[in-house]
Amino acid sequence: MAEFDSEDAILSAARLLRARDGIRLEAYTPYRVEGMREALGHSRTRLARAVFWAGLAGAGVGYAMQWWTSAVDFPLDSGGRPPHSAPAFVPIAFELTVLFAALTAFLAAILRSGLPRLWQPVFEIEGFERASIDRFWLKVGVHAADQPELAQELTRAGALRVVEAGGLR
Amino acid sequence: MTPPGREALADRFPLSGPLPSDERALTDLLLEPVQRPAGGARMALLALAAFGTLALFGALGWTFAIGVGTWGNNIPVGWAFGITNFVWWIGIGHAGTFISAILLLFEQSWRTSINRMAEAMTLFAVANAALFPVAHLGRPWFAYWLLPYPATMGVWPNFRSPLVFDVFAISTYGLVSLLFWYLGLVPDFAAARERCRSPRQRFWYGVFALGWRGASRDWERYRKAYFLLGGLAAPLVVSVHSVVSLDFAVTQVPGWHGTLFPPYFVAGAIFSGFAMVLTLLLPARKALGLENVITKRHLDSMSKILLVTGLIVAYSYGVEYFGAWYKGERYEAWTYFNLRPTGRYRVDFWLMVTCNVLVPQLLWSERVCTTPLLLWPVAVLVNVGMWMERFVIIAVSLTQDYVPSAWADYSPTWVDYSLLFGSMGFFVFLFLLFIRWVPSIPIVEMRELRAEHRHGAHRGART
Repeated sequence: MAEFDSEDAILSAARLLRARDGIRLEAYTPYRVEGMREALGHSRTRLARAVFWAGLAGAGVGYAMQWWTSAVDFPLDSGGRPPHSAPAFVPIAFELTVLFAALTAFLAAILRSGLPRLWQPVFEIEGFERASIDRFWLKVGVHAADQPELAQELTRAGALRVVEAGGLR
Repeated sequence: MTPPGREALADRFPLSGPLPSDERALTDLLLEPVQRPAGGARMALLALAAFGTLALFGALGWTFAIGVGTWGNNIPVGWAFGITNFVWWIGIGHAGTFISAILLLFEQSWRTSINRMAEAMTLFAVANAALFPVAHLGRPWFAYWLLPYPATMGVWPNFRSPLVFDVFAISTYGLVSLLFWYLGLVPDFAAARERCRSPRQRFWYGVFALGWRGASRDWERYRKAYFLLGGLAAPLVVSVHSVVSLDFAVTQVPGWHGTLFPPYFVAGAIFSGFAMVLTLLLPARKALGLENVITKRHLDSMSKILLVTGLIVAYSYGVEYFGAWYKGERYEAWTYFNLRPTGRYRVDFWLMVTCNVLVPQLLWSERVCTTPLLLWPVAVLVNVGMWMERFVIIAVSLTQDYVPSAWADYSPTWVDYSLLFGSMGFFVFLFLLFIRWVPSIPIVEMRELRAEHRHGAHRGART
């Protein structure tokens, strides 16, 4: 783990290491750093796709519920309207689209990030709390043999300090 | 190139005052309100608001114990204060979503320092709004009949009724607003977890931060989810007040039956909501010493939206009257040309016109827009006017509809007044607890904004 004091420093360090073989990178930052995903070589999040399908499911469930209850299970004559009154079913189908999509977006963001989990292994690192305030931490996963060399390299790249954190994946 | 007028505005009213350049100091500054105990004035206000809260729940208890007969409602005026309060509160909530979702999608950076408070306002307004239709049911313990559950009688809700649309719209709206607000708060709770002094605060902020660590993958998902929630909330807010307006528009009551209602109500909702945001923000900004974060620029921008939506509302009044005249329908003409301006409730009507059409015209003056002491009364009067608008539409229209033998006057009882003023107390009570316990300025978004500015300046220097 290496601590940096600016987003430019951590970005250039990440870009430097990214091309190497057998290195896994992750960054911990106080806010979302523009360009960090590309610098770390991570793939795009698939959250939007999940939300889209959830929204579609919400629309389907909403409409099917109204159709089945009002036209199939208990046809109710309300002012002579047809039991399957499609235009009147639109608002609730829309509300359920939003509800399903929003719940999916929220839960995906929280659960896929491994939350809620009050204790995280990275919290054990001395000074890591500043990752939520003003410092930028880069986690570099490598074999033990490469470590001393890498620490020097990170320091040259502008790291304030490099901490060895065994057992962190 | 920025247009010359815009550049001048940014020069005259910068987006932020002098703030500490160090991120740690900025975080501490924004966390100050949750660290420092409230002063005497705020505690006095809290006590007053707590009294209002008691009045609200006392009156609700009275209503539940004895029945809606304790209200001034009668036949034909079956909908009066209760539904007026409901529409008023739900409309107020809409500005919060407008600020946090629609301005987020349009990348209006001035939203950043006010969105948290506006979202909190939305939540508390929706919480208040939801009380009234349930209390108004008469037998609120049967509220679940509105939900589609497999009942032994085999019946289902009538899904063609806008009142059932309301159940889905309001509950979705409340939940989505809560998720949006909480998701925005998670990284700020993480900052509070690290910077607060008392162990108890560190513990609770730690719990609510859910173990947020700011990993890059998490940020990517988080941002995407936040934007999508914004994108979902924006049409939601339009649908909610459209559905509320359908409660009236689908009936045949003169004064309710208008195709104009959905856009008219949505504009009115955002209008009243911005007025409430200003009503809360102006004192909060002073009390918390946030003049450098919520600047005159913010006040100016909000005033402009207030003026624009006010003009839309004024135009809608005009169209309503044009319709009443052009249709040549005598019952509707009676409602619009006799009952409202000259009838028993003419004071409410003219108060509505004064507060919603005339008073906002003061906002053409830049001095009014940027001087809190001048702007606050305007905002409060708009709130009054918008309550009157709902009362005039809902209750006054019902007093005299078709057959004169079925006409009746309406006068509220002490329970009605306790519910109205009590709900205001409850609203202020929740808001005061919020600014004391929750980071009320989005810390992380402020950081991002500053990072963007640094980069902008950097790029500017290079080229």
